[in-house]
Amino acid sequence: MKEISCKLLVIGAGPGGYVCAIRAGQLGVDTVIVEFGRPGGTCLNVGCIPSKALIHAAEEFGKIAHIAGGKDPLGIKVGAPTLDLTKTIAWKDGIVSRLNSGVAGLLKKAKVKTVQGWATFRDGKTVEVETETGTQVIRAETVVVATGSAPIELPFLPFGGPVISSTEALALSEVPEKLAVVGGGYIGLELGMAFATMGAKVTVVEALPRVLMQYDAELVRPVLKRLGELGVEVMTGAKAKGLSTKGDALLIETADGKNSKVAADRILVTVGRKPLTEGWGLEQIDLDMAGKFIRIDDQCRTSMRGIFAIGDVTGEPMLAHRAMAQGEMVAEIVAGHKRSWDKRAIPAICFTDPELVTAGLAPDEAKALAGEIKIGQFPFAANGRAMTKQGEDGFVRVVARADNHLVLGIQAVGQGVSELAAAFGLALEMGARLEDIAGTIHTHPTQGEGFQEAALKALGHALHV
Amino acid sequence: MGEHVIKLPDVGEGVAEAELVEWHVKVGDLVREDTVLAAVMTDKATVEIPSPVDGEILWLGAEIGDTVAIGSPIVRLKVAGEGNVKAAVEPAPEVKAAAKPAEAVPSPAAVAAPKPADPPAKVSPAAAPKAMRPASVSGAPRAEGEKPLASPAVRLRAKEAGIDLRQVPGSGPAGRISHEDIDAFLARGPQLARATGLAQKDGVEDIKVVGLRRKIAEKMSLAKSRIPHITYVEEIDVTALEELRATLNKEKRAAKSGLERPKLTLLPFLMRAMVKAIGEQPNLNALFDDDAGIIHQHEGIHIGIAAQTPNGLVVPVVKHAEARDLWDCAAEVNRLADAAKAGTASREELSGSTITITSLGAMGGVATTPVINYPEVAIVGVNKIMVRPVWDGTQFIPRKMMNLSSSFDHRVIDGWDAAVFVQRIKALLETPALIFVD
Repeated sequence: MKEISCKLLVIGAGPGGYVCAIRAGQLGVDTVIVEFGRPGGTCLNVGCIPSKALIHAAEEFGKIAHIAGGKDPLGIKVGAPTLDLTKTIAWKDGIVSRLNSGVAGLLKKAKVKTVQGWATFRDGKTVEVETETGTQVIRAETVVVATGSAPIELPFLPFGGPVISSTEALALSEVPEKLAVVGGGYIGLELGMAFATMGAKVTVVEALPRVLMQYDAELVRPVLKRLGELGVEVMTGAKAKGLSTKGDALLIETADGKNSKVAADRILVTVGRKPLTEGWGLEQIDLDMAGKFIRIDDQCRTSMRGIFAIGDVTGEPMLAHRAMAQGEMVAEIVAGHKRSWDKRAIPAICFTDPELVTAGLAPDEAKALAGEIKIGQFPFAANGRAMTKQGEDGFVRVVARADNHLVLGIQAVGQGVSELAAAFGLALEMGARLEDIAGTIHTHPTQGEGFQEAALKALGHALHV
Repeated sequence: MGEHVIKLPDVGEGVAEAELVEWHVKVGDLVREDTVLAAVMTDKATVEIPSPVDGEILWLGAEIGDTVAIGSPIVRLKVAGEGNVKAAVEPAPEVKAAAKPAEAVPSPAAVAAPKPADPPAKVSPAAAPKAMRPASVSGAPRAEGEKPLASPAVRLRAKEAGIDLRQVPGSGPAGRISHEDIDAFLARGPQLARATGLAQKDGVEDIKVVGLRRKIAEKMSLAKSRIPHITYVEEIDVTALEELRATLNKEKRAAKSGLERPKLTLLPFLMRAMVKAIGEQPNLNALFDDDAGIIHQHEGIHIGIAAQTPNGLVVPVVKHAEARDLWDCAAEVNRLADAAKAGTASREELSGSTITITSLGAMGGVATTPVINYPEVAIVGVNKIMVRPVWDGTQFIPRKMMNLSSSFDHRVIDGWDAAVFVQRIKALLETPALIFVD
């Protein structure tokens, strides 16, 4: 096969890689992207998008089931709903493939050449791609490694049979009767709550003292309350030990050291994700590492000249929007622009029920950085729109420096708060002070008013509490 | 809103007054609790005065170089809440100004119209571009490590223009940097760049000699005006000593048990050699009270080690070198040098020497004329070790040679005694085993 030479080669067409390639193409850089699977990476195929589709279906089902239960005050009457999960999954797959072709189309429009196959480094400038039709050698002036990450497998609970990762959980043909979730991080809880809403008896086994450990306890409290309502059993301080011999239960060691069993027909293991650093010839180019991740500088350059790395393979937070921003920046650097990583915040959302949003610094972190801080917290129980949506649990919290009121962090928990993330991110990126947020008219009646009120509260004059 | 008065606290040196050497704040600044307001100096120890409260500086009660009595008000702050003073009953601070007594007594009027406590201004006709001050900087200064505050568009523009935003003063709320601030910075930039060309300059910068620098100046004048120095320079073959030192250091690295042993420099060997030589000539370990006409000959050998710090010369003292072995001397020198550089050395650690060593370290030099640490009578100066060809009778061989430049108070030490002392040290250092033999 004839060798391809190009200016920029991107390995991996996930959110980081494809954004990088599109932006490079827009800037007139001769770009090739290599992807083994379908374009869009983890996010689009087995992550953000399909999980949100499943969570939406669960929500809709849960709403109707709740109404059918007869305890809903809205006056709607409806019979008990049923769920055909195969249809749900087919609908989800439809969305995924529309987005697959969307990404492929965008790459084409940007004049990026896509090569399908598995790429392996031969040296720092040369990559071999195993394609269906043979080995394709690609020589590039610059290479961007965007290989992403994969679910971590527990050695005593290998994937297969009843033990599944998030990938399989998003493609089940029926709702498991009893689902055990190993790992109470955001992925485990998002999927666990969705399945619980769809009728599964869910048990969450978490080794740490509480679930969603990366968030502060106050923020997590409404989620814990909802877990209780859904009948999800949360076992903290408990360690998964393996699969029972019959394969119908998860063996665990409880917090008090006793061996126990959690009956389950599916065991979802969500104990984190690891960077994909094997199988593509990292050893050939011997890049410096930062722990498990590839070490990068503030321009996403690796230790080897001409090789950049972006996305999950470069470290936490492993989030699609971080990878996208890195990809865009690297494309512009390759095109000769002066750029470096100067983002102030990478907001993160946890699509549990209710949802969690964090942007910038948590109160503890802010205190450590700035010394004295002001915190304003506004409960949705005092927000009209939240009441009319039957979503009064939760709050918006604003953390600012005490001396000059610079907003350092914003957190929220509540139904549908994920869409507030845009406002939070903008406030931090623009360097807003409490007065800026308090002085912005927030549309009534929306949950966004909670943001303004939280800022007012921090300033000592909230109007609606 | 109330007013909080900060009085000069007892800085714990058993002194009644201290010299104000630095203001870290100016009138109008917002300060947080624990922000350092000022530094005062007593003898040789500098003490920082932190703010006990949050507030805005209304008035500063002394000028740099003033000597302030303990308990005098030095700062007035506007604070939220009550503050700690009832209006205008505060007695005027008692300020003993060394330089300008008339100017430094604040009255109630001075509270209303604070005098600028600016450090010496630059007197220069062409200093105009410096006036690009942000119109209003609200809020406390940016904390260390905190990123400059600017919108993404401003950051992008700065990046493309090659501007480091940390250098740009922000005029916006909370010090936010605007497009206008970038304009101003750009307008100023090229001028600064051009100023590197050849141009005639007429400016004079007046720098007040205060704090440690003043102490050094006084001490040096005293030493040089009172003591007739005799300086004696001799060269020493330190080849054997350097071999021994390397061996001991290598041994220290190899031995697991000896981890707490410090790395040896030449100093501890010299200190031990001096202890030995002083044993034979105790009159060199003395303080000469020339006003009283008495020589205080000390039994304890307290060796001052002249050390360069960011602020200037200080002399931490290794007490009782006669009772310390080689390792102990080395450890104490390291500890004191670190403390002196960090500015944490106590008054006790910076005084009480009976003889002094001075070394320019790696800077070296062939010879120096050390100034005696008054009222001592001798100072030993170390010059750089250099490999020099030495004639051994048949050929030139490379030897590690080092000069010692030592000064003595010729009023009480005769040239002969000085030479005997230095020759004794030379003998000890050239055959280092002698240092350890009694």
